[in-house]
Amino acid sequence: MKLSINNKTYDVDAEGDTPLLWVIRDNLGLTGTKYGCGLAQCGACSVMVDGVVTRSCVTPVDSVEGQEITTIEAIENDPVGKRVVEKWVEHQVPQCGYCQSGQVMAATALLKEIENPTQDDVDAAMVNLCRCGTYNAIHAALKDLSGNEGDAS
Amino acid sequence: MSKKLSNKVEDSFPNGEPVNISRRRFLLSSAGVTAGAFVLGFGLPLGKARAQDGGKVTPGTRVPAFLEIRPDNTVRLQSPFVEGGQGVWTAMAQIVGEELDADPKSFVVESAPAGQDYLVINNVMRITGGSNSVRSSYTTMRKLGAMARHMLLQAASTRLNVPVEQLSTEPGYVINTSSGEKTSYGSLAKDALDLETPDPDSVKLRDPSTFRWIGKPVDRLDIYVKSTGKAEYTIDISVEGMVHAAVQHAPRLGLDVASISNEADVRAMKGVMSVHRLPGAVAVVAERWWHAKVAAEALQVEWNKRDMDGVKFRYMPDDFSTAAFSDRLANEPGDGKAAEEEGDIKSAFSDATTTVEATYHSQFLHHGQLEPASTLARFNDDGTLDMWMPNQAPEQFQAQIAKLTGLSAEQIKVHSPMLGGFFGRHFLYPEANPYPQAIQLAKEVGRPVKVIWSREEEFLRDPLRPMAAVKFRGGLDADGMPVALEAISVTEGPSEANSGHDPDKVDSFAVEGLTGKTYAIANRRIAQNYVEMPAMLAYWRSVGHSMNDFFYETFLDEMADKGGQDPYEMRLALLKDNKRLTTLLKSVVDLSGGWKRGPFSADDGSQRARGVGMASPFGTESAAIAEVSMKNGEVIVHDVWEAIDPGSIVNPAIIEAQVKSAAALGLSQILMEEVIYEKGEPTARNYDLYPILRPDQMPQIHVRIIESGAKMGGIGEPGLPPVLPAVANAVSTLTGQRVRSMPLSNLRFES
Repeated sequence: MKLSINNKTYDVDAEGDTPLLWVIRDNLGLTGTKYGCGLAQCGACSVMVDGVVTRSCVTPVDSVEGQEITTIEAIENDPVGKRVVEKWVEHQVPQCGYCQSGQVMAATALLKEIENPTQDDVDAAMVNLCRCGTYNAIHAALKDLSGNEGDAS
Repeated sequence: MSKKLSNKVEDSFPNGEPVNISRRRFLLSSAGVTAGAFVLGFGLPLGKARAQDGGKVTPGTRVPAFLEIRPDNTVRLQSPFVEGGQGVWTAMAQIVGEELDADPKSFVVESAPAGQDYLVINNVMRITGGSNSVRSSYTTMRKLGAMARHMLLQAASTRLNVPVEQLSTEPGYVINTSSGEKTSYGSLAKDALDLETPDPDSVKLRDPSTFRWIGKPVDRLDIYVKSTGKAEYTIDISVEGMVHAAVQHAPRLGLDVASISNEADVRAMKGVMSVHRLPGAVAVVAERWWHAKVAAEALQVEWNKRDMDGVKFRYMPDDFSTAAFSDRLANEPGDGKAAEEEGDIKSAFSDATTTVEATYHSQFLHHGQLEPASTLARFNDDGTLDMWMPNQAPEQFQAQIAKLTGLSAEQIKVHSPMLGGFFGRHFLYPEANPYPQAIQLAKEVGRPVKVIWSREEEFLRDPLRPMAAVKFRGGLDADGMPVALEAISVTEGPSEANSGHDPDKVDSFAVEGLTGKTYAIANRRIAQNYVEMPAMLAYWRSVGHSMNDFFYETFLDEMADKGGQDPYEMRLALLKDNKRLTTLLKSVVDLSGGWKRGPFSADDGSQRARGVGMASPFGTESAAIAEVSMKNGEVIVHDVWEAIDPGSIVNPAIIEAQVKSAAALGLSQILMEEVIYEKGEPTARNYDLYPILRPDQMPQIHVRIIESGAKMGGIGEPGLPPVLPAVANAVSTLTGQRVRSMPLSNLRFES
């Protein structure tokens, strides 16, 4: 089947029920998208499908045929994604970093949908787990990105 | 289609043309350094290194084993410590850069290979753990930077034909102070090749008042790659010809494969290359991990009990339950073995006006790092073995692999990629590291194999933070002040669990946090009553402190209540002769806007209360205040204020981030985490049934750093322990109920 990932078309040899995550990681070698739980619990595998944040570990690959998939590798090609990365760096968000591909994806998808999200919008959208507890820094970066004053305290 | 992956690991050193590589490689290998692809920018002081210690290298002294300065003036540093989020690579760049006179921004840091050079903890050990990295290597790494600068100055003196006294440096350059001529470090590195490394004790270190980077909130070096998916963890690594493996572990420890009833069917499944029997597990190898995983889970295996003769591994009985085990710990007879004794506890209790007794409980915990365990093993044609694995102790893994394979240590190249979280998960633990599986499978299939444990397999074999029951007795005088304290912890420590129990000793990791408290309670007895556990046990962020300061500081509040004391004022009184801790305690109260125990009404109408807790973990002092409310029977933590005094510091921004991170893990433990076993098996195998702290449950953490000037302490762990009692004490104040066990989600509050 054909998959469009990061504006490139790939001819993928995989069964239709293979999770998108493993096609991205193993078949295509794009390892920026992470495996954490395989149950859509942690969000480390988040990608965008037509701009909507999607947990690729439970997404059958045949369900996204014909849609545009964006992975972390192309995040800076998106103007919103580029801003998110800049603020992630400015607020020094990551620690171990393993969940951060998914966090950046979730933040980008949120800001693409709602330019100036409220705190409630942020709480509703930013639900990915981070075992290092970078949640304060994520919120500070998102406040900054939302046009509110960043609060890194 | 599949994209052919190049050998990413060995292709990842694109910059800095090696200089005189064959000679350096020869020198390195003849000196017993397993440097692998590591090439050097400049010289190796073989004569000196060999002269010391009967030919053994003195760790942390051979500049070329650590540093390469490339023609483009970037500095490649081999870090003795593995980066797993704690910021140690940046700290190492700050420390070395300060003395080398090179901006930390110009550093490229990697985990050093295994080797004697890197045993920089007391010159005998190398681990990334115990909050040891910076404090144990600070002077050594400063000297290393100063030695490198000295060599560059010598090289410049020769090249420019000017006396070394006429030369100085500015970041990345040697300066001729007469002419103003600048010569880059990168262009001098080659000349420095044959210079002898100076005596580490001969180099002059900078006056700390002139530090440009040490003590400053220098940006971390790994933030951009981690924000863009470019950081590479073990699970991401591929090599030419590699295949994937997934495993199904025996449901309990101490079982082996008796038979597989559907092996032929599984072999015929899509993508499956082979099916394997491993100790305590079965495995499937495939070109794609997903195929391997689906097939491994489909295997129908009969397990039988392993012959345990002479085997150190544990057997998990099929009737083990954590609930019953918790009761057993609480009812275990005996006074245990004393770890700390002071005064005369017997007469103190008989003289006491009031006595308080209570039994406290802690739970098994998962590390829950988001990167599940994996390992890649590759046997090479020259008889060597490359291992990529998450690990906190490269030489220890190397030694075990040498035993397992019969190879010499020099033939085993240990690669230590960034860790997707660790918290104590990646030490050597029997049955809990995938490396023996990867090695066996790579041998059996004749190709490089990467084993990835699914989350379910990870949680089945993750070694656990021990449980404990602590029997407390406190004696109060007529004024209601504590004069006697006894704590008997019924538990097994992580060290004795992994290295063997010595009946004549207490595992200090089992009792730390009950021991080492500085309150002026004249008569004390802290003891451990050893009970072996059937589960594999592990170090977990802040180790014994992760539960013991909860026990102690919560019982201290219980004594304060009984004696009619305010818990903050009582702590101040018990610390009145300790200036450092008095300052710390007052600082955290000041940070929180003044002591306000409650209960009080918040602006949103909720009833709230605050609690306080303190800890002395890993050479650092920490104190926390938490503010809580209750909503629908659930504890909400609104704010945590935390003060930390590590003596002196390297990077305040990293310290603040680490305190917040440790606080989050502590909150997760006390609010919701618990590994439950029933019938010998864990009831949760993923985050759905083992919830960890979510973003909406995270309070704002406010951090104040105090530099008292005391001996430098640790950073990665000390932020965790005081948060738990701060929360528990606040909940008790709010609800009027004592909190004597974790997690709080198990308790029912009448409010």
